[in-house]
Formats: sequence, structure tokens, C-alpha cells
Amino acid sequence: MMRRLPLILFIAALAVGPQLLPEFTVTLLNYIGLYAVVALGLVLLTGVGGLTSFGQAAFVGLGAYTTAWLTTVHGVSPWLTLFIGLALTAAVALTLGFITLRMGGHYLPLGTIAWGISLYFLFGNVEFLGGHTGITGIPTISLLGWELKSGREFYYLIWLTVLLAMLALHNLLDSRQGRAIRALKGGVIMAEAMGVNTARAKIVIFLIAALLASISGWLYAHLQRFVNPTPFGINQGIEYLFMAVMGGIGHVWGAVLGAGLVTVLKQWLQDWLPTLLGQSGNFEIIVFGMIMILVLQRARDGLWPMLARWAPATTGPRRVPQADALPRRPAQTAGTLLLDAHDVTKRFGGLVANNKLSLTVQAGEVMALIGPNGAGKSTMFNCISAVDPATEGEIAFLSASTADAASRDLAGRGMSRTFQHVRLLGQMTVLENVAIGAHLRGNKGVVSAALRLDRAEEVRLLAEAARQIERVGLAEHMFDAAGSLALGQQRIVEIARALASDPALMLLDEPAAGLRYREKQALADLLRKLRDEGMGILLVEHDMDFVMGLADRIVVMEFGEKIAEGKPEEVQSNPRVLEAYLGGVE
Amino acid sequence: MDLQILLLLGQDGVTNGAIYALLALALVLVFAVTRVIFIPQGEFVAYGALTLASLQAGKLPGTVWLLLALGTTVAVIDGWRLLRDGQYGKLPPLLIFNVGLPLLAAGALTVVTPANWPLSLQVLLTMLLVIPMGPMIYRLAYQPLANASVLILLIVSVAVHVTMIGLGLLFFGAEGVRTPAFTEFSFELAGAPLQGQTILVVVASALLIIGLYFFFERTLYGKALRATAMNRTGARLMGIPPTLAGKLCLTLAAAIGVFSGILIAPITTIYYDSGFLIGLKGFVGAIIGGLASYPVAALGAILVGLLEAYSSFWASAYKEVIVFTLIIPVLLWRSLTTRHVEEEE
Repeated sequence: MMRRLPLILFIAALAVGPQLLPEFTVTLLNYIGLYAVVALGLVLLTGVGGLTSFGQAAFVGLGAYTTAWLTTVHGVSPWLTLFIGLALTAAVALTLGFITLRMGGHYLPLGTIAWGISLYFLFGNVEFLGGHTGITGIPTISLLGWELKSGREFYYLIWLTVLLAMLALHNLLDSRQGRAIRALKGGVIMAEAMGVNTARAKIVIFLIAALLASISGWLYAHLQRFVNPTPFGINQGIEYLFMAVMGGIGHVWGAVLGAGLVTVLKQWLQDWLPTLLGQSGNFEIIVFGMIMILVLQRARDGLWPMLARWAPATTGPRRVPQADALPRRPAQTAGTLLLDAHDVTKRFGGLVANNKLSLTVQAGEVMALIGPNGAGKSTMFNCISAVDPATEGEIAFLSASTADAASRDLAGRGMSRTFQHVRLLGQMTVLENVAIGAHLRGNKGVVSAALRLDRAEEVRLLAEAARQIERVGLAEHMFDAAGSLALGQQRIVEIARALASDPALMLLDEPAAGLRYREKQALADLLRKLRDEGMGILLVEHDMDFVMGLADRIVVMEFGEKIAEGKPEEVQSNPRVLEAYLGGVE
Repeated sequence: MDLQILLLLGQDGVTNGAIYALLALALVLVFAVTRVIFIPQGEFVAYGALTLASLQAGKLPGTVWLLLALGTTVAVIDGWRLLRDGQYGKLPPLLIFNVGLPLLAAGALTVVTPANWPLSLQVLLTMLLVIPMGPMIYRLAYQPLANASVLILLIVSVAVHVTMIGLGLLFFGAEGVRTPAFTEFSFELAGAPLQGQTILVVVASALLIIGLYFFFERTLYGKALRATAMNRTGARLMGIPPTLAGKLCLTLAAAIGVFSGILIAPITTIYYDSGFLIGLKGFVGAIIGGLASYPVAALGAILVGLLEAYSSFWASAYKEVIVFTLIIPVLLWRSLTTRHVEEEE
């Protein structure tokens, strides 16, 4: 209860606000609410997803102009135009997103700058939209027979929207889809290997941000009851981003704080600066620009974290999620051919990293791939898991070619992996990181997540993740931030994440590096147990004691080529292997 | 439309396109070396044009004060650091370049009025006043964030852009300027008058591009920048400081911006905020080149100029709409032809 107190106070203050405050303050609060809705979209897009848009004002405009034109000229009901506006916005956002998001992250902002400018000039020049004068006489909105005529009444609709949007966003981020979205910033390769369609996740968050902007525009049009192009230009688009960054771009509350700060500060600066400078003009942007630069240099997380420190602590003892096990894929009988890589060649320009390499892995065996540093082992892993596909050669997984498969398709077919350079999301807990591995074992989407209709599935996914964490022996770290663990433990978290996908074949890239003797023994025991359950394991490792004691078969590589293959004892006595490892006698 | 109008519009298009090409080159350069998407490029165009116009009108250009303010801030921040580290020997050059010279310029300009000076001296003075802001802005805005993601750097760029727009309004006011043509010379080509100014712009742009080519191919600093663009860590290990590369890059970008501003000022009326749209048109060109290829970026920019000229004839109200919507098919084409596998750290 204590930790909900600030929230309850905030909502109570919001509720009584319009009864006590003067007209001017209510108007200001209305604008803060409208801006906060847009800034919330940017928190999701930029703060969480690592993408950005300067064209949000244009989406606001799209929502506002759609309702303005349809309600005034065609007499359509405002409640219908809301959805028409959203549909139009979705069409534009999907088009822009589809075009720009396949390329580097910076093409989206550039694309949105261009689109923002072009739409602004379009609004200003199209005759039926009233040109630069705009459209007047937009009707009011009636809510269950209550006509929202004054700003004081409209206030409730605006802030209800803000709170609902915040709740939906908060729910979304704490879900299966939310974890996938949070992986977009710095974890794309990992997320793809765990089965997340990251391209789709990017388009989804851009779409959500655009739709929120469009809703804000619809509210704006019916509050103001006239529209003209000015508030939908590129400068306003930039200001929305400033709000989100100043408030705290990674925090849902940052959007509200930022919208409030910028709006109040702007009001204040617009009063004082012209007097101070003896000229009139938009001089507040000088101050905003400089504040932005300072915030990005000194406090990239914005102001919200500083404020949140005063709130009562939210972390109590957390409960390990409990639920029935998820359905598993049918186990393979020992000896079934899982992976058949034949004559795999990988070139980087002129460099041949793998040359006609062949290997197989069967169910219920540990196959080790060893060789000196730079032999091409990790490259081979990337070819097999389709993270970086082979140049030539045939790879079949469970008797089906992987030639056209992306790494997320292979994850769906039962292949999972760890990475040599650990790819965890350091800010997220170990539990959440491992749950990303179980991504494909759930199917609830963004809408279910926002409406909390995904709880039954969510708890099963988390319980599965918890089981895997316990299995690898990290139960006491379940709720720690993954980045706070020692490197060796982080590698074990990667194994738990791979296990959470219920794989038939697991690719482990140097899992024992950085582990102490006892931890290595525990890991070897775990891998033996998995093998006995029928899993196939392909292992890259430098620790020879570990490999020789565990592996059923070994392939030795040097300079991208296979130099030996066989049982551990055969390989150990092979003269070429001895030469590669110990150097030949000249 | 007859041939004469076609040629006239083509002339306009090529002239503007040549300027956009210069800006596109600067944008590609800055992005390749520093990963900064240099949105404020356009502000240097406006500052250049407005400073020249102020000098010609016999007014003290506001850029003097801005230069002094930026220089003093740099001197205070870096001076404090030098004092703390006991590196007193580096203090005099720091103070001379960042405070001394701007002060000298401010002092001199209150005494003499360069309104009657020859054009070449006015141009030179304009460049001396505006170009040093490039490295100063790098020092103040970008250098502390040199290792940040492209996204953060882009947001900083936008912040620098709005700050410079606001300062532009403060220092130059809201009125637009148009400087007198550099040359009145003109002749007829296939029935259409060909302006000397047009030839001047195209020739000057071409010369500058050739100059840049030699700078990058033949000089040590040019090679250092190319090395940084190809491999930042590698260049650093070879002793090229990223800070030097960044400052050098922004000096070049500022120089190209100012030069473009001086070239365009007699053709178009320039307001304090005109630079943004001009810079963005350079961007459209740069994006056609994928922010990577110099020749394609330059050709793309000329295409933008031509498109702008012809659309201003057929649908002048929709000129900007057409130019900025062009980016959509361009992006579509690029997105379908490139396969992007990259992860931001």
C-alpha cells in the first residue's frame, strides 16, 4: 500500500484539480496531458526501443485534421472520426516503418523529418483543409450524453486518456512482447536467435507511438475546436522529443514529467525572454536546446530517476513464479541425426574463415568443436545458427535445409545457442533475460499484453524461466540485474536462456570460460544430464579437461579447415592435432 | 512550357543543386567520420549569408558576439582542465584562439566598417567569423558524447540546430537578406539568358569539390579523416585522436556551409531559419547516396535541385511537399537494395 501512495495522491490531485484551480492553470494542464500522450509514445519508441521520430507532430496533425474535416464538412460523428484518424495514421506509419526500418536506425528519424515537413506544407496549401487559416467550428464531444463544452470538463477526458495510455504501456513493457521490445536496444542479434521477429517489433512500437499521437490530435481538435497547420510542424515534433528526453526517456512517468516541465518552462520563458532581450520571437528554443544538450551529456536518463528516488522503495522480497510446465516438443530418440553440415564455406571478402567444413550432431550426444584461436569455430556457429549465413555449402537441421532460414526460424525449429561474447540485457533481471528464451513458447500479442489478458501465459513463461535458472544453479540471482553478475555466471544465464526454448539442439560457445573448478564440474554434470535426456549439444571450448571428459565426438579445426575428427582419445593422439596445439618439431 | 523556360528552370535547378551537392558532401563527411548526423549544417549557410549581408550593410554582425561567447565557454572549460592538470604551457594558444582572436575581431569591427571593402575581403572576413564556430560547437556539444549512439548524437544535433535557429533570430532579426550579385555578367544560350552568378556558383562548387578531393587524397590530415571514417578504433591506435578528427570535420563542414551561404545569398532571400530547409535538401541528396557515397550524394543533390526548380513551375505551392516526398521512394529503393545487418552497441 505504501508504495502505491504517491500514485493514489497523484490521481486524487488530478481529480480535484479542475474544481480548485483557475481557468489558466486548467488550460495549461490540458495541454500537458495532450503532450504527455505523444511523449508516452516516444518513451516506448526511443527510450525503450532505441528508435526515434521527429514526425510525431505530423501524426498529431493527421488525427486532428481528419476529425476536423470529417466533422465539419461531412457531419460525421467525432467518435467515428477517431477511428478513421487512427486507421489513416496506421496506414502512414506502417508504410514509413516498412520502408525505413529495414535499414539503419537513423533512417527512421530522417524519414520522419522529411514526412513531417511535407505534411506540414500539405496542410498549409490544400484548399479544402483551409490552407494556413485552417478549419474552424469543430463540434464538441459528448460522452454518454455529457457534452464536454468547457476546458474544465474536457480535462477529465484528456487525463483519463493519459492514465489509460500509461497503464497500457506499463502492462505492455512487463510482458512477453515487452521483453522483445526491450531487447531492440542493443540485443537484436540475440533476440532474433531466440525467435523474436525484431523487424516486426520495431514497426509495432512505431505504430503504437503514431497512434498515441493521433489520439492526442483528435483530443486537441475537439478541445480547441479549430485547427491550423502551426502546431503540427517539425518544430513541435522536435519539442515532443525534448519533453520525453528531459523527463526521462526510459520511464513511463518521464513522459508526463517532461510534458509538464517543458510546457511550464515554455510559458514562463515566453513571458520573460522577450522583455529581457528587448525583442519578440521564439527565444525559448535557445534555452531548450541548451538544456537538451546538457541533459544528454550529464543525465541521459532525464529528470524522472532523480524524482523517483524520493518515492518509497518498491522492491520487497519477490516471489518465484509458480505454474504448470509448458508443453514440450517431442523428444528425439538418441542417435537421430539433428544437424548435418556439409562442405560449409564462409568468406569475408577475400578471407576464407571456414573452408569446406563438414560435421554432424546426433540426438543424445555432445559434439565438441575445438581448435586454436582464430580457427573459425565461432564463425561456424554463426553459419549453423543462421546469425551470419554461410557463403557456400549445405546445412540441414532435422533433415530440412536451413538455406533460407533466418536465425529466428531455426529457433522455432528447435535450435538454440549461447554467444561467445555474452549477449544479455544488463539492466533486466536474470529471470526476464531467461524468459526471452521462452519467447516462442507463448503467443499472446501486444494488445493482450496491454489489457493484461496474457497473465496465465505470462506466469507459465516466467515459471519455466525460473525452473531453468534453478536447474543451472543460479536461483539466488534470479531477481538481480543480469549485468551485475560475474562473467562466468552470465555465460550460465545464457545457457538457461537457451534451455528455456526447449531446444532439440543446443550450440554452446565457450560455456566454461571464466568458471571456477566446481562450477565447471556442475556444468559438465548438467550437460551430461541433458544429453541423457536426448538433447544434442554442439560445444566450442578451450578447456581440454572439460572437453575430453564430456564430449562423445570431437572435430578439430585449424585455419578454417577440419584437421581431425573422432572420439576424444583418437583425437588426442592424432599427430596433426598435436602439431596444431603444441607446434611441430622443425 | 517552351525550351526557353525549360532552360531557365534547368539553370535554377543546377545552381541550387550545386549548393545542395556541397552540403550533401559535408553531411556524408561528418557522418562517416563522427557518426553525427549534422542537422545544423544548414544554420552555417544562413549564418554565412547573414554575416556577409551585415558586413555589407555596415552593421556589426551578431555572429561576432556568438563567436566570442562560444570561444569563452570553450576557454573556460578547457582552461579549467589545463589548470587542474598543471599544463600551463597549453593555456596561451587556447586563450588566443578562443578568446583573443574573437575579441580582436569584435574590437576591430567596432572601429572600421568593412561596408566599402572589396567583396573578396568581406567574404574572407565572413569565413573567419563563422567557421571557427564549427570546432567550438564540436567541443561543446559533441565531444563529451563522442562515444554515444548515433541516435543520441542525432538528438544532440537537433538540439544544436534549434539553439542556433534561436540565436540566429536574436542576432540577425526576422528580416531576410539578399546580397548583391557577385557579377552582372550574362549571355544568351539557346535563347535563354545565362547568368554569370549561375556559372560562378557551379564553377566554385566544382572547384571546392576538386579541392576536397585533393585534400582527402593527398594531405596527411585528409588521410587521417578517411582513416577515421573507415575504422575509428584502428585510426585511434595509429595515433589519430578522435577529437582532432571531429574538430577538423566540423571545421570543414562549417567552411562548406558558410561558403554555400555566401554563394546562395545573391540568388535567394535568406532568413535566419532558411538554412534548415536548404540543409535538408542536401540531406535528401546525401540519403540518395546512402550517407556513404560522395559522387552519388552529389548527383542526388543536383537531382533534388532540378526537381525543385521544375516543381516550382508546375505546382509552386507544393514545391516542398514534392521535394521532401521524393525521399520516400528513394528510401524504399535503398531499403530494397541493401541488406542491413548491424547492431548498435
